[in-house]
Amino acid sequence: MSVKLTTRQVGDVTVIDANGRITLGEGSSTFRESIKDLTAFGNKKILLNLGDVTYIDSSGIGEMVSAFTSVTNQGGQLKLLNLTKRVKDLLQITKLYTVFEVFDDEAAAVRSFS
Amino acid sequence: MAENQNDAAQVVEKQFDSTLDSVDEAENLILNIAGQTGFTEDDLHRLGMAVREAMVNAVVHGNRYNLRKKVHLTVASEPTALRITILDEGEGFEPQELPDPLAEENLLRQSGRGLLLIQAFVDEFQMRKAEPPLGTKVMMAIHRNPESEAGGPTE
Repeated sequence: MSVKLTTRQVGDVTVIDANGRITLGEGSSTFRESIKDLTAFGNKKILLNLGDVTYIDSSGIGEMVSAFTSVTNQGGQLKLLNLTKRVKDLLQITKLYTVFEVFDDEAAAVRSFS
Repeated sequence: MAENQNDAAQVVEKQFDSTLDSVDEAENLILNIAGQTGFTEDDLHRLGMAVREAMVNAVVHGNRYNLRKKVHLTVASEPTALRITILDEGEGFEPQELPDPLAEENLLRQSGRGLLLIQAFVDEFQMRKAEPPLGTKVMMAIHRNPESEAGGPTE
């Protein structure tokens, strides 16, 4: 199963609920297009909920980094919510755990956006 | 796609086309073999991830999606480990020439983490340029947990 992305607004924060696999091919391109659409519409506070993501490969990680850079370069913020142990391990192996702001609590994550 | 199965030696050899579908097929093949021979769920995740990354490298960077070129996969089920070799028909490369994905200046690069992940997820890893006309040969192994049912099929 590829990734399914659902967006919702919590105040001025756009929460993306991701479900499935973010891997090279359909999963990573779906993710890339979704982030492009959001930034094109001026969404600058993006919270990516990865709680239901079962699998991310290096391409998926690359897409997350690319999204982070793209949103940051446009003056926005992209933060992560509800990492599974496997995704957390991936971010630690790749040293990206220090790059992304990561939250386990949605309300706290939403409040953290300046 | 060709397959050669040698039951006595518990070796499976298979050739894949240079497509992204092959990545999924190879991952599923390995997971099926490993799942039947006593590996844990965590082992399966590590194996699937490593094989996926190696297959992507072979298809995308090695064979560059060239349908005239194949990816050769060998799986050897041994009493103490599952050994996997993935060989492409690309031009090959020197691993030391790749940028370090953990260097501060490379952390935000979009790509270049595949080999890092493979090495993190398997117990043994080797990679070298193969003899022409073949390209890059990746050899990896994951060890069996001595407490699991090594070599025996599971439900």
